[in-house]
Amino acid sequence: MKASQWGVTDLSVDYGRRTALRDVSLDLSSGTIAAVAGGDGAGKTTLLRALVGLVPPTSGDVRRPTEDAVGYLPASSGVYPDLTVEENLRFAARAYGVRGSDYQAARAELLERTGLEGASDRLGGNLSGGMRQKLGLAMALVHNPSLLVLDEPSTGVDPVSRKELWGLVTDAARAGTAVLLTTTYLDEAGRSDVVCVLDAGEVLLQGAPDALVRGVGGSMGEASTEPDTHFTWRRGATWRWWTTDATPPAGSRRVALDLQDAVVIAALRKREQLEGVPR
Amino acid sequence: MWALVLKEFRQVRRDHRTLAMMIVMPLLLLVVFGYAASFDVEEVTTVVTGPRASTTEGRLSGLFEVTGSHEAWDRSDAIDHLRNGDSVVAVVTGEGAGPEVLVDGTELFSARAAVTALAQIQNSPQPEVLFNPDLDTSAVMVPALAGMILIFVGTMITSLGVVRERQSGTLEQLAVMPFRPRDVFVGKVAPYFVVAAIDLTVIVGVGTWVFDVPFNGSVWLLAVGSLLFLFVTLGLGVLISSVSANQGQAIQLALMSLLPQILLSGMIFPVASMAAGIRWISYGLPLTYFVQIARGVMVRGEGIGGLWFPLVALAGLGLVIFTFALVRFRRDLAPARPMRSPIAMRVAQEEVG
Repeated sequence: MKASQWGVTDLSVDYGRRTALRDVSLDLSSGTIAAVAGGDGAGKTTLLRALVGLVPPTSGDVRRPTEDAVGYLPASSGVYPDLTVEENLRFAARAYGVRGSDYQAARAELLERTGLEGASDRLGGNLSGGMRQKLGLAMALVHNPSLLVLDEPSTGVDPVSRKELWGLVTDAARAGTAVLLTTTYLDEAGRSDVVCVLDAGEVLLQGAPDALVRGVGGSMGEASTEPDTHFTWRRGATWRWWTTDATPPAGSRRVALDLQDAVVIAALRKREQLEGVPR
Repeated sequence: MWALVLKEFRQVRRDHRTLAMMIVMPLLLLVVFGYAASFDVEEVTTVVTGPRASTTEGRLSGLFEVTGSHEAWDRSDAIDHLRNGDSVVAVVTGEGAGPEVLVDGTELFSARAAVTALAQIQNSPQPEVLFNPDLDTSAVMVPALAGMILIFVGTMITSLGVVRERQSGTLEQLAVMPFRPRDVFVGKVAPYFVVAAIDLTVIVGVGTWVFDVPFNGSVWLLAVGSLLFLFVTLGLGVLISSVSANQGQAIQLALMSLLPQILLSGMIFPVASMAAGIRWISYGLPLTYFVQIARGVMVRGEGIGGLWFPLVALAGLGLVIFTFALVRFRRDLAPARPMRSPIAMRVAQEEVG
């Protein structure tokens, strides 16, 4: 992995008396994708907003490039509903000083890769959710930023558009951009190089997805009825269990855990530590 | 049904602005209409000039409140005095014939009261109404309406434009883009400034050609006054947007700032007729000064000599409101930028370099 350029160190953010983030550290390297996952109110958006300078940190350090090297997609997509696709893209390009042939080249490539070339004269407000997110991403990428920050780019987007969005993000990283995105989908987070799972403003898990899964240890399995073990939770139509004991519960079978299981186990263990009560 | 009533009460209680509008606005209207909204003129400021000024002054009573007596002044001095808005009536005395009474027609209600009062006095001279000889309402209302429309565009439309940007999330995007806060501020305000300037030109043009409102003064002086006034209204618009979470709140606040200006600026009710306790509010309102400038320039042909005070007052209000608006806008737009760490700056320099 390349050396870390951007990121946050021991970052804490308070909104009045409420702590939104506490001692969060995350390094962002050129050419890699980091995903911040977590439930609603976990602090994902606050972390992004602090990184791009929209929220002042209460303490800690924020490392980011100058504004002209940051691409940002807010959760609302940042698309002007009363401007056309072309006008939105042109505005973003001009804001970042991309003009003339450079703009024409970027425009052609981005519209083609987002599938928006046939919609260039449609108003932003008339686009579907997926198209609006893709346009927002194109606006964030038009100046080839060194840091790309995306707030829930795929939320509310259909599977095909999600795939296209991920294609754009992956290509940007491949071209050397450091990408930080938030997501509520752990399967999506699993496709990134680094995952940072936040829970109530604190880091619950952080690392490469494979390493996080490998690091859980113990044994996990599933059962059709709730097993009598220390840690159990529902997943789909079955129950999952996890234990550090060698003996699995009766009537169950072992299965390989994935990132979602790793996050659930970490959350349950944290709750047990805090409350002294399992589950 | 009770659940709905209870829910509605809870929502209203938490919407402080609507609550304020529901409670403060009726009180404000009551106070304004009770103390300020009066067309009744109890005194008309009067200056007496000419060689027999001191003897004539003693004969004036009742409605005519003598504010000055100048034996050395002639008729043209008296007209200049009226043109500067220093008095409403000038009584010009001569050596031979009876006195001549000049009335400032731009002070509509005072002028009408003076003319009516003089008509009831036997053998009184026929007054000459200056600047607005027919005492046309449109001649005094059109310049004031120009101010009201500038407030509408400058305050209400500007605040809506900025709030719309915040509501749609694009203001957040702008904050991250390489714009300085003042660039965003000017970029947001400039189109409204141009629209307001066009509006003003159209209103003055239509007023002059369609309603025969005279334009006796300097276009440039009106332009300077309008420019200063626009700074105040645009600043007020941005200020309102910075404390409004949505467009509904922005409209409420803009209306709350617009209504007192219409009622207390002298646009409709003469400031001189307002109760002293209410009058001081008028002097804190930008429209009060714009009305003085617009009527002074357009109808009376007043020069900068008589209008320096409203111009300075508007400049002062503009400076305070615009600065406050810019500071709030900057704080909203880039709260974290001043706290950018030295490391980030150093790395950024290396990145750029």
